[in-house]
Amino acid sequence: MKKIEAIIKPFKLDDAKEALSQIGIQGLTVSEVKGFGRQKGHTELYRGAEYVVDFLPKMKLEIVVDDELAETVVVKLQEACQTDRIGDGKIFVLPVSDALRIRTGERGDAAIQPA
Amino acid sequence: MKRKFTLAALAIAMTLPSVAWADDAISPALFTANNVWMMLAAGLVFIMHLGFAMLETGLTRAKNSVNILFKNTFIICAGILTYYLCGFNLMYPGFAEGSAGILGFAGFGLSAGFEAGANTPAYADGGYTYWTDFLFQAMFAATAATIVSGAVAERIKLNSFMLFAAIFVALVYPIAGSWKWGGGWLDAMGFYDFAGSTIVHSVGGWAALIGILFLGPRLGKYNSDGSMTPIPGSNMPAATIGVFLLWLGWFGFNGGSVLSGDPELTSFVLVTTCLAASAGGLAAMLTYSFVSSKPDVSMALNGILAGLVGITAGADVINPVMAILVGAIAGALVVFSVLFFDRIKIDDPVGATSVHLTCGIWGTLAVGLFSTNPDHSFFTQLVGVFAYGLFTIVCASILFGVIKATMGLRVSEQDEVEGLDQGEHGMHAYDIAHSSGPFDGASSIVGAGAASTVAATVAVTSES
Repeated sequence: MKKIEAIIKPFKLDDAKEALSQIGIQGLTVSEVKGFGRQKGHTELYRGAEYVVDFLPKMKLEIVVDDELAETVVVKLQEACQTDRIGDGKIFVLPVSDALRIRTGERGDAAIQPA
Repeated sequence: MKRKFTLAALAIAMTLPSVAWADDAISPALFTANNVWMMLAAGLVFIMHLGFAMLETGLTRAKNSVNILFKNTFIICAGILTYYLCGFNLMYPGFAEGSAGILGFAGFGLSAGFEAGANTPAYADGGYTYWTDFLFQAMFAATAATIVSGAVAERIKLNSFMLFAAIFVALVYPIAGSWKWGGGWLDAMGFYDFAGSTIVHSVGGWAALIGILFLGPRLGKYNSDGSMTPIPGSNMPAATIGVFLLWLGWFGFNGGSVLSGDPELTSFVLVTTCLAASAGGLAAMLTYSFVSSKPDVSMALNGILAGLVGITAGADVINPVMAILVGAIAGALVVFSVLFFDRIKIDDPVGATSVHLTCGIWGTLAVGLFSTNPDHSFFTQLVGVFAYGLFTIVCASILFGVIKATMGLRVSEQDEVEGLDQGEHGMHAYDIAHSSGPFDGASSIVGAGAASTVAATVAVTSES
């Protein structure tokens, strides 16, 4: 099993979700997060003065899939979230040692398979 | 807003074709209609307190919202009760006509309302009853203290502020008001302030300025290298609601200050009021475009208030063209004033000193420049501005100074950093803002699209 964590631009969330649903992904978790990368923050204005906002709003997607599907998910996510501009985000792939479906107690791959 | 509006009516009669105003025998129907308008105006001024609450909440950080709302809630309650107790009779002590009264007191409470004639046309030329008079004036009184609330926000101790506000609204504002509206020495001198550019707004503005000086700026606003870090407000929609409510309230603030439902004068005052507000908003937008690359809604909102405060002193004696000019100059002034106060490290989170003090002074002087009544003079207006400035500075300095020396004025550094909501109240305004675990904060299930089988759970964790 692999866990895919993707930090993406907030307005790309719908595209990402749509792309994942097309390849049969049945669940994901989304959080509103903030952060910066090489693009740093951006400047904003308030009552005549400029200030730097260090942390920009991003969306974090977390998806756990079996090993074979992981590469497809990564590729589809990149296709869906790419704007070619700085700040598009990053995708991380992590190994997952186990999973458990709370309702049934199923473990491992069975816990993340479609019911 | 003097009880007898003969001067104002005279001024208008000279500038506009006027219908005959029956002042000998006012019919019960007219008396009732006048009184209904005045009660409605009292209600409109009351709504301004919600306006102030929303504006101040919107232009400050979410971690201090409960504190701001609590202060505004306290002021309207304490303001009305202290005005009942002593304020009304300090402000209208019944100085003899033409006397140069400075301080008078007509006794505690509202027993005069039960005297013969107090609720007949004989009381105020048929404009309103004694009870209406009290209520309308009480709504005004609380406004002066509310102005201070926004300026000292995000760092003043709640108890210290409540003590200051209660004394200010019970004693300082009524005594100041008596000099003009109560028929005191400035009234005898010919000073003119129709609805309170000076008496309400500048008095509140001076007290706000003194409060800021005693408190110092908010932590984090000014850096050790002399640079400034803006502290953006948390809720521009709330600030906008606040300003529109204030504008609505001004229909009563100025319209009610005619002190009757006089068809011509009341409608004239509403026209000058709205023209000045609009001109103030546009002028602030335009002026700000010269100092910044992007428009700022908080400045535009301050511009509207600036126009309203500016026209308040002369809404009944300044013609529409000049009303637009007065409002526009106020709107431009408020932008420069906000930038100026920021630069000299007077940290005013909501721009109260710029709106109420700077533009209150401007509006009062504008009467001397543009009034259609030749009796109004620039010099007398200037005397009034200085007299009220001096009196309020002295009173506010004593109050803030004594409070600072005894109970302290400023919250601890920890409370300021964590927010006054947590430090002073142990609660927070928005559940979402302090979401720290999985069970508070907003979570919602984003359903899958019709053709999709994907269900996404969105756990929203928001910054404070």
